[in-house]
Amino acid sequence: MTQLPVALTDLEVGEGGSIDHIALPPYDQQFLMRIGVVRGAEVRFSRRAPLGDPSVYSVDGTEIALRAETASYIFVQRGRLARLGDLP
Amino acid sequence: MTPTQAETLIASPEKSSESPKRDVRTVALIGPPNSGKSTLFNRLTRLRQKVGNYPGVTVEQRVGLLAGRGQEIKLIDLPGVYSLTPYTEDERVAVDVLTGRMDGLHRPDAILLVLDVTHLSRQLVLAAPVIALGLPTLVLLNMADVFVKGSGSLDVLKLAAELGAPVAMVSATQGTGVDAVERFLREDHDQGPATLLPVLQDLPQCRKWANQLTRRVDYRHPLPSVWTRRLDDIFLHKLWGPLIFMVVVGAVFQTVFGLGQPMSTAFQGLLTKLGLQAAHFVTAGLLRSLLVDGLWKGISSVLVFLPQILLLFFFIGLLEDSGYLARAALIADRTMRTVGLNGRAFIPLLSAYACAVPAIMATRTIENKRDRIATILVAPFMTCSARLPIYTLLIAAFIPDRPVIGVLLGARACAMLSLYVLGFLAAIATAKVLKSSVLKSVAVPFVLELPEYRCPTWQSIGLRLLDRARVFLRQAGTVILAVSLLVWVLTHLPLHDSHSPELEHSAIAYLGHGIEPLIQPLGFNWKIGVGLLTSVIAREVIVGTLGTIYGADPTTQSMTLQNALRQDLTPAGAMALLVFFAFAMQCTSTLAVVRRETNSWTWPMIQFAYMTAIAYASALGVNVLLSRLFG
Repeated sequence: MTQLPVALTDLEVGEGGSIDHIALPPYDQQFLMRIGVVRGAEVRFSRRAPLGDPSVYSVDGTEIALRAETASYIFVQRGRLARLGDLP
Repeated sequence: MTPTQAETLIASPEKSSESPKRDVRTVALIGPPNSGKSTLFNRLTRLRQKVGNYPGVTVEQRVGLLAGRGQEIKLIDLPGVYSLTPYTEDERVAVDVLTGRMDGLHRPDAILLVLDVTHLSRQLVLAAPVIALGLPTLVLLNMADVFVKGSGSLDVLKLAAELGAPVAMVSATQGTGVDAVERFLREDHDQGPATLLPVLQDLPQCRKWANQLTRRVDYRHPLPSVWTRRLDDIFLHKLWGPLIFMVVVGAVFQTVFGLGQPMSTAFQGLLTKLGLQAAHFVTAGLLRSLLVDGLWKGISSVLVFLPQILLLFFFIGLLEDSGYLARAALIADRTMRTVGLNGRAFIPLLSAYACAVPAIMATRTIENKRDRIATILVAPFMTCSARLPIYTLLIAAFIPDRPVIGVLLGARACAMLSLYVLGFLAAIATAKVLKSSVLKSVAVPFVLELPEYRCPTWQSIGLRLLDRARVFLRQAGTVILAVSLLVWVLTHLPLHDSHSPELEHSAIAYLGHGIEPLIQPLGFNWKIGVGLLTSVIAREVIVGTLGTIYGADPTTQSMTLQNALRQDLTPAGAMALLVFFAFAMQCTSTLAVVRRETNSWTWPMIQFAYMTAIAYASALGVNVLLSRLFG
C-alpha cells in the first residue's frame, strides 16, 4: 500500500512525511544535505510565509524556509507524523 | 541530572590519574553555523583577538588568545561549517587549517568542537570527520540552558565513550560550563578510540551514524519552544507579518538616519573644536596646518562614521540575536528575488541609504558569496547621507521653490526625491546585470534557518559593537587617513618661502585645470574639477572645497555659495553635477571597506571604475540634452 511520494509544495500545512527523494542536481543535493534536508529526514510543512513563498518546513525539528523552486523538487512519503495541533 | 551538574560536567571516556601536562599552543574552534560558536569564541578570548582574512579568500580569520592563561594559547575561530567535505570556500578553509596546510598558521594541537545540543542529531554529522582527524578534541554541547529548560536530556558519559572524546555541556550566552575548556587544556585526556565512525565522505552514512548515536545515548529532544511558535504566528502572520516588518525596518532606518546623522554632525563639530583647541599648542604655520587640517581632519573623517556604524550594528545585533533577522529575510525574500538577490540583502541595502560603510560591513549575514559581493557592489548607489550636502546646495541654487502638486510636493522636494529614485534604480539595474552575468550563482538553493527566538544579551551585543568598531578603525581607517593626508599635501604644495600657496595655485588646482578638458563636456569648469578631486575623500567635502575656492576669488568673494555657483555654472551643468554625484563612487571609506570585506583591491577598483564611468556618461548625457533643450 505504498503511496506515491508527493512534492513538499503539494502538502497541506501541518502535513508531513519522510523524504523519499530529491530531484535536484547532485550539487544542490549536497548543499541541502548539510542542513539536514536528506533522504529519510522527517519533514512537516509548518507554515506558509506571509507572501506565499518561501514556505517554512520543519526538518527533523529545525525550522527551515525553502523557496517553492526548491521545495517542489523534494518529495516525501506522506506518513504518520505528529500533526501541528498535537504539539503542546 | 540537575542543570548545574549538566552545565559543569566534563565527561571523559577514560581518565588516567597521572597525566602529563599537555603542551598546547594552538587550538581550533569549529562548529556548524548557528551553533553559538562566535559567542563562545568572544567569551573564551574576551576580545583579545585579531581579525583578518585568510589569504586569497573572503573568509574572515579570527585568531584570539585564550583568556586567563599565563602561557599564551592561540585560539583559531574557524568559519561555521556543516561538514568537512571541501565544497564551499568556508569548508576548504576549515580543512586547510585543521590539516596544517594554511599559510601562517600552525596545525592546531587540539580542537574544540561546538555543537548545538538542542539539535544534536543533525549537528553530530560534523563530529565524525572532526574526531577522525585524531587530534585531542573537546566536544562542547552548547545551549545547555535551553536544552535543560525544554526538558531535553541525554547521557553525556555515554556520548563521550561513544565518541572517544571528552564532552561538556556549556552555555556560551550564560557563560556556564565554559571552565571545562580550561580543564581540558590542562589535563591530558586519553583520546579513546571512537566506536565505529562512519565512512566520512558519505554524508548520508554520517547522518545515519549520527541518528543511531543519538538514540544510543538516550537523547531526548527538548520540547519545541511554545514561545517561538506563538511569536511566529504573529511575526509570520499574513497581514501582521509584513506590517510589523515594515515598522521594524522603518524604525531601524529612521534611527540610523534620523539619530545617526545628527550624532555624526555633533561628533564632527566636537572633533573640529578639539582640533582647534589643540592647535593653540602648536605655533601657526605649516606644521600646525599639517596636524590640524591634515592629520586631525583625516582622523575625524574616520571617527565620524562611528555613531552610524555603532547604531546600525546595535540594531542588527538585536535583530540577529533575537532571531527576528531570519524572519525579516524571509519576508523580504519575495521582493529581493526579483532583482536576483535574496532576502538577507534587504537590511544591508536599506542601511546603505544612511551610509554605505556600515551597510557593506553588514553584508556578512549573506551566506552566499556571490550574492554578498553583488550586494556590496550595488550598495553605494543608494542615496547615502553624505550626498545630501551637495544635493541641498545645488537644488537650493538652481531649482526654483514652486509647487508641483499643489502644496503637497514642491519642485525642490521633487528633485530630491528623483535623486533617491535614481540611485535606487541604478542599484537594482546593476544588481540584475551582475546577477545575470559575472556573479551568477551556481543556482544554490536559498535556504534560511529560522532559529528559536531568544532574548539578546547586552554582553553579546556589546562585544559585537566593539569588534565592528575595531575592525573599521584599524582596517578602513588607515586607508582613509592616508588619502586625507595625500589631499592635504596636494593642497599645500608647491611651497613658496615655506608658505603654502592659495588654493588656486596649489598642486590640486593644477590637477583641477588638468582635468578641465575632460569634464568640460559635462558642463563643469576647473573649480568643480577641484571639488571632484577633493571629494574623493568623502562626497560632502566638495561643499567645503567650493566654499574655499569661491571665497578666494575676488569676483565671487562677497556672494553666497549658491549665488556664486549660479554665476559659474549653467543649469544644465548643475543638473549634470547632481547626476554625477548620484552615481559616482566619491568615497574613500566605502572603497576601503569594500577592500577589507572582499579581501582584494580588485573589487573596489572595478567598482570605482564602473561607477565613475556611469556617472560620467549620465552627466554628459544630461548636460548635452539639457543644453540643447534650454540652451
